[in-house]
Amino acid sequence: MMGLWEWITDMGNSKIVALLLFMGTFIGVVIFLFSNRRRAQKFETYRYIPLDDDDSHREPVARRDKTKSDEQ
Amino acid sequence: MSQAATTAGAAPAASVATSEQYNYAIIKRFAIAAVLWGVFGMAAGVWIASQLAFPFLNFDIAQITFGRFRPVHTTAVIFGFGGNALFATSYYVVQRTCQARLWSDSMASFTFYGWNLALVLGVITYMMGITQGREYAEFNWQIDLIILVVWVAYFMVFLMTLLRRNQPHIYVANWFFMSFILATALLHVFNNIQVPVGLFHPHSYSIFSGVQDAMTQWWYGHNAVGFFLTAAFLGMMYYFVPKQAGRPIYSYKLSIIHFWALVFLYMWVGAHHLHWTALPDWVSTLAATFSILLLLPSWGGMINGIMTLSGAWDKLRTDPIMLFLITALAFYGMSTFEGPMMSLKSVNALSHYTDWTVGHVHSGALGWVAMITFGSLYHLMPRLWNVNLYSLKLVYVHFFLATIGIVLYITAMWVAGIGQGLMLRAFDQYGNLAYTFTESVVFLHKPYVVRAIGGGFFLAGMLIMAFNIAMTVRTGIKAEAREAQAASAEARTA
Repeated sequence: MMGLWEWITDMGNSKIVALLLFMGTFIGVVIFLFSNRRRAQKFETYRYIPLDDDDSHREPVARRDKTKSDEQ
Repeated sequence: MSQAATTAGAAPAASVATSEQYNYAIIKRFAIAAVLWGVFGMAAGVWIASQLAFPFLNFDIAQITFGRFRPVHTTAVIFGFGGNALFATSYYVVQRTCQARLWSDSMASFTFYGWNLALVLGVITYMMGITQGREYAEFNWQIDLIILVVWVAYFMVFLMTLLRRNQPHIYVANWFFMSFILATALLHVFNNIQVPVGLFHPHSYSIFSGVQDAMTQWWYGHNAVGFFLTAAFLGMMYYFVPKQAGRPIYSYKLSIIHFWALVFLYMWVGAHHLHWTALPDWVSTLAATFSILLLLPSWGGMINGIMTLSGAWDKLRTDPIMLFLITALAFYGMSTFEGPMMSLKSVNALSHYTDWTVGHVHSGALGWVAMITFGSLYHLMPRLWNVNLYSLKLVYVHFFLATIGIVLYITAMWVAGIGQGLMLRAFDQYGNLAYTFTESVVFLHKPYVVRAIGGGFFLAGMLIMAFNIAMTVRTGIKAEAREAQAASAEARTA
């Protein structure tokens, strides 16, 4: 165990350590996303968050002034 | 022409409720500041581009010569135009997607005044000849400290707003904004570790030296591109493209992979700015490899954005704001293909130290950053003031001026850069250089003129946008005043 720790903390091995760390995490993220169909579907429901805004369905009415874009 | 393109969206009662629920005042300030800095920064850019074509334009005034005015241009457009637009849109997006008001109004105000004060001080000091001499980080050390404090406040406001959200999930646009805030803090601190000459002295020395200093500078420089000019504007894209299209983003899973791949890969690529220098060869190769890998998330993100319009391509015929947003994504795709290609050592041997690099930067800066910002601001402004956009026709005019300007700019720089590279590398039959440096400068004159004209087109579009926005805001202010009058009259009669 101590040997492994010494290998990890050796600056000469930093490239391999960084590669394993980042690549491993990234692969973990991908597996997390696609390994469970229900979870994947749940993630897709989050697409609608910007459209849940309270003004997205309204038309401009009383408040707005006549501007050039009204005439166009 | 589609009226929905400029729909402000709410009736009076809803408007009042919305402005109470969310802090729009700070967003309005940042958005207007972005437009003003855009006009100033782009005008400065056209001015220095014209100086390169016609050097007499510096009029022997030291303060406006290329060397001093170039950082004024880059600071004004990157941090003034881009930075203020990012503050505005991130504060807007985090409030809307979290359905929560900004954490602290006073702290948010502080970020506005602090950020813009730092920029104004930067412009003044550059013109006085005071600079740290680090590209895109020319602020002297006292201004660096102001920026640091502002950035911590920004981080706190953003983080605390996320924590008080009324949505169970943090929408992906906020991930991009948060990565931009964290990465920029990291970059700013480590690139600006300086030993001041004196407490009241503007100059300082970098703690790094030699090739390590160059590495730190370009680790900063390219990650400023990666996180300030890419990740943050992708945050903008992930909110405003679906919003303007009225359709959800093409794939949320793809956006997550896009995010993680981008943040894992970007940090490694800065050294491709230092190919064929004293840098260790393996560092160069590592940077080039990661640059090539970066093509995957970049194009994944582009496809995700563009495919959001899948099944609704007709919007491009009727909505000029959508045109801005989708064209921005097309330029994002183009410049993220060009970048990895230029990071290959063999291509870099030709392109480095030439105007090809300048053209590449501007295809990203004008095509991606500015176009996505224009689209987002055109979407945002009418909603902030709850009126319709003053003129949709002017948005079309702006779009075509900007597009023509970019095409002129990029093609001129391709001709200049590749020509320059070939001339500097050409040998005669005896192994001597075939061209003198002066001959390469003479060759550059015509492309420089075309570049200045392209910049002029882009600036003209920006001025039209400023007019359109000013008229929109004016309408909104008038309507607000009328409403206030009507409300007080109603209160009196009651």
